[in-house]
Amino acid sequence: MSLDILYFSFMQKAIISGIAIALLCSVVGLFLVLRRYSLFGDAVAHSSFGGIAAGLLVGVYPLWTAYLVSLASALIITKIRQKFDISGEAAVAVLLSSGIAVGLILISLSGGFTTDIFSFLFGSILLVSTENTILILALTGSILIVILLLYRDLIYSTFNEEQAKVSGIPVEKINYLIVFIAGITVVTSIQLVGILLISALFVIPNVTAIMYRRGFKQTVLVSISFAVFSVVTGIILSYIFDITPSGAIVLLLIAIFAATLIIKSTGLIAKLTA
Amino acid sequence: MQLNAIEIKNLTVDYDRITVIDDVSFSVEQNDFLGIIGPNGAGKTTLFACMLGIMQNYRGEISFFGKDIRKSRKYLNEIGYVPQKPVFEKNFPVTVREVVRMGMKNLNEARIDDILKQVWIHELDHRIIGELSGGQQQRVFIAKALADNPKILILDEPVTGIDQQSTEIFYSILTELNKKQNITIILSSHDLDAVNHLANKVACLNKTLFFHGISDEFFKNDQLLKQYSESSMQQHMHHRDEK
Repeated sequence: MSLDILYFSFMQKAIISGIAIALLCSVVGLFLVLRRYSLFGDAVAHSSFGGIAAGLLVGVYPLWTAYLVSLASALIITKIRQKFDISGEAAVAVLLSSGIAVGLILISLSGGFTTDIFSFLFGSILLVSTENTILILALTGSILIVILLLYRDLIYSTFNEEQAKVSGIPVEKINYLIVFIAGITVVTSIQLVGILLISALFVIPNVTAIMYRRGFKQTVLVSISFAVFSVVTGIILSYIFDITPSGAIVLLLIAIFAATLIIKSTGLIAKLTA
Repeated sequence: MQLNAIEIKNLTVDYDRITVIDDVSFSVEQNDFLGIIGPNGAGKTTLFACMLGIMQNYRGEISFFGKDIRKSRKYLNEIGYVPQKPVFEKNFPVTVREVVRMGMKNLNEARIDDILKQVWIHELDHRIIGELSGGQQQRVFIAKALADNPKILILDEPVTGIDQQSTEIFYSILTELNKKQNITIILSSHDLDAVNHLANKVACLNKTLFFHGISDEFFKNDQLLKQYSESSMQQHMHHRDEK
């Protein structure tokens, strides 16, 4: 099989969107992982399932309702964490199951599972439209610019909230900004790997990159490299072998993670970073 | 006349209906090295939380350079803070140099070099912070606090759990910052010997202010030392009974 497949318009859109989403999830995911908020993506994605079901029920484009519901959910998790003595993971668990429960009821009201629902659950990057590709690129560009502008404050408030506060950084506003950005990122990424595998894109490349024990910028670059490689290779392999892209992408990420674990256990990473 | 660096008037803090600081007043002059001593639960950390604007639910007044801190948060730019045990994710992928740069918009590499040299940690600038010893990490946090060019450095029991050699290095750095760079230092500690050697002023806190004045007046007065240790012991027993 030659690289002729790259000339197909649907493949170009899939790869361009995939690279943008990989970039976005790596960068946003690193802040979530370091805040011990790894399952946040999962919770917001599951709650957006309710939004997608609502959109399908009332005849609105499901991703728009998913954006609304996921942003509301992201803000609710943050508020619950701040106001009540409930741990982040417990709040995430409550939201995760609420989203699925609401979604299931709305789906049963709208006549049961359809192909549309399955494409949101498992991703459908090969079917991404030109309009959606433009939307993904625009959102990725906007979010990365915001992160770049606030990079120093974001990293400081993630590293040590108390000291960042004392330094005059508006930590609470930064916390809301992060969950807002994460909410948008989750729904944007649903088209690539689907609701069920979304947290893999947030967590696995970052956890893998952290094991290389580099500084922040280098960790971001390593994470992006792993994510982009897995997404592009996963999309191409899925076409060649006629398998689901989301499954291929996530398995590639896991393969890199496993390889890193093996390298680490041999002490090679420590030797390289010494 | 030079303004006091810090002025605290009639500070009272209640927490869950229990008074943890009761009508405390004292001032800190510019270039002072003030040691705050007191047993666990004496209110030292609460006092710092009020001074740093983390806790705002207090009665009384706190002023930095003559300005009430409730009216503006700009005073925070004049303060560097080193917490007891900075909480951060152990695997946080960040180098010493990146920690100093965090949150700073106009900090060039030469200034970072200077700061790292001041705290004797320059040779570790590219190491990941989680890989350093507790003593080295605390020096990184002093470097971070110095990045803002603070006039006042507040340190809350910074050498807890740190070995003797690192503690001595840490104290030498503080002395240099106070004497050579004229930074006002406020250090809370359980280590009476250290406070005796380092600080020119001492404040003994145990909910109320037991003593505030020149260090020698306190440490050379056996009567005061005896009263302090008795009051500390009572607080210690009370603290233990509460647990």
